[in-house]
Amino acid sequence: MGFFQDLLHTSRVKSPWLIHFDCGSCNGCDIEVLACLTPVYDVERFGILNIGNPKHADILVVSGTVNPRNAKALKNIYDQMPDPKAVIAIGACGTSGGVFREAYNVLGGIDKVIPVDVYVPGCPSKPEAIIDGVVLALEKLKKRRPEKDTEPLVADLKKAREFYENREDRQVTR
Amino acid sequence: MDFKTISFVILAIILAPLAGGLLAGIDRRLTAWFQGRFGPPILQPFYDVIKLLGKEPQVVNYWQIFCVHMYLVASILCVALFAMQADLLMIFFVMTIGAVFMVVGALAVPSPYSQLGAQRELIQMLTYEPLLIIVFVGIYFVTGSFKIDAILDYERPIFLMLPLLYLVLTFALTIKLRKSPFDISASHHAHQELVRGVLTEYSGPYLAILEIAHWYDIVLILAICSLFWSTSWIGLVILLAVTYMAEIIIDNVTPRMTWKWMLTYVWAVGISLSFFNMALLYAKSF
Ligand code: SF4
Repeated sequence: MGFFQDLLHTSRVKSPWLIHFDCGSCNGCDIEVLACLTPVYDVERFGILNIGNPKHADILVVSGTVNPRNAKALKNIYDQMPDPKAVIAIGACGTSGGVFREAYNVLGGIDKVIPVDVYVPGCPSKPEAIIDGVVLALEKLKKRRPEKDTEPLVADLKKAREFYENREDRQVTR
Repeated sequence: MDFKTISFVILAIILAPLAGGLLAGIDRRLTAWFQGRFGPPILQPFYDVIKLLGKEPQVVNYWQIFCVHMYLVASILCVALFAMQADLLMIFFVMTIGAVFMVVGALAVPSPYSQLGAQRELIQMLTYEPLLIIVFVGIYFVTGSFKIDAILDYERPIFLMLPLLYLVLTFALTIKLRKSPFDISASHHAHQELVRGVLTEYSGPYLAILEIAHWYDIVLILAICSLFWSTSWIGLVILLAVTYMAEIIIDNVTPRMTWKWMLTYVWAVGISLSFFNMALLYAKSF
């Protein structure tokens, strides 16, 4: 059993797939996240892929502040990711609200809505700092187990059906 | 079935995913090298799959689970049939069943990305399947049989008689490998297109199963390619290496195309190439 567990843990560390969500950032941090993918930093050598689908991702990278509108979208994306998962908040805005923290519509950092594992400071954060943040998040992700699911699959599917039927109530923009 | 065939089949079923995963790793490394990057370790595809297997299973409905397993079973069966040296047409039909089940699984979910991806996947199947049949018919014209053991008994490499049909087969290979310019339904290497096309709604262990089935598929198509130079090992290895290298280069130098372009181009070029090849065969025999 120990062997398989070790194998799973190494695989998790060696293959983190990221999803990047721009939660109302000024795009400074977004560009730095994308810079990690260029040949200069080449994060694919650590097995990191920037994947556009929350259902495939392990790590949610969020930049920018949360406001009441995009909080719903952020929560939705977080809920769609299968366990085990980790969240990284990027930039001064993502960690605390940054220069926008006093704006009338800003709730604050990402941790107002979802649990955050790693905070990467900077305005904008450097690509090196972002890669460091991913490494830190992996340390936390490694030993994490999927939460024990007490509900049977049938109940889950029923809930999913209801969720789909009520989709109009949850729409962010109308 | 004698003992030799059974051991062949078991060996093929065990080795095929290992070979497919290794090939995918080498592919990613070479692609990175072409792009001036260092690239992931060769074993990266195995890490990805093991990680996915350890994630929480999450489905939208039962159909997805059923379809994923049917796709895997069909792909394994294809490789097993090849190892048994069965009929090429039989292998083709089983392969189609697997591909159809993957599409059905994607269509069973209301997500627009998955729906659109599934429809594009159907168009891709519509593109390569007639060509694959034409290739098999060409092989039949040369060797007089659809059975793989009879094809292997043919004393000359059939590549010499069917060079143009081999090109046609590489179209099918490109589509099956999910490589550019034909990666319209879901692309290789987790590039982003329509989120992930047909694969969007599959997650965790089910995505891992799809990946393993995909490795079986790649090995099967490469095995069909290898029939074209079955007389000597050196010729076979050179042919496969050159083909795969060409695939990677084409993947890197071409942009993604639309489905209309794919359908008209592949059918026009593929069917005319096969026509010329058949005409050549007849001209030789008189
Ligand atoms: S931290 Fe700075 S660069 Fe990043 S989103 Fe906020 S204001 Fe822009």
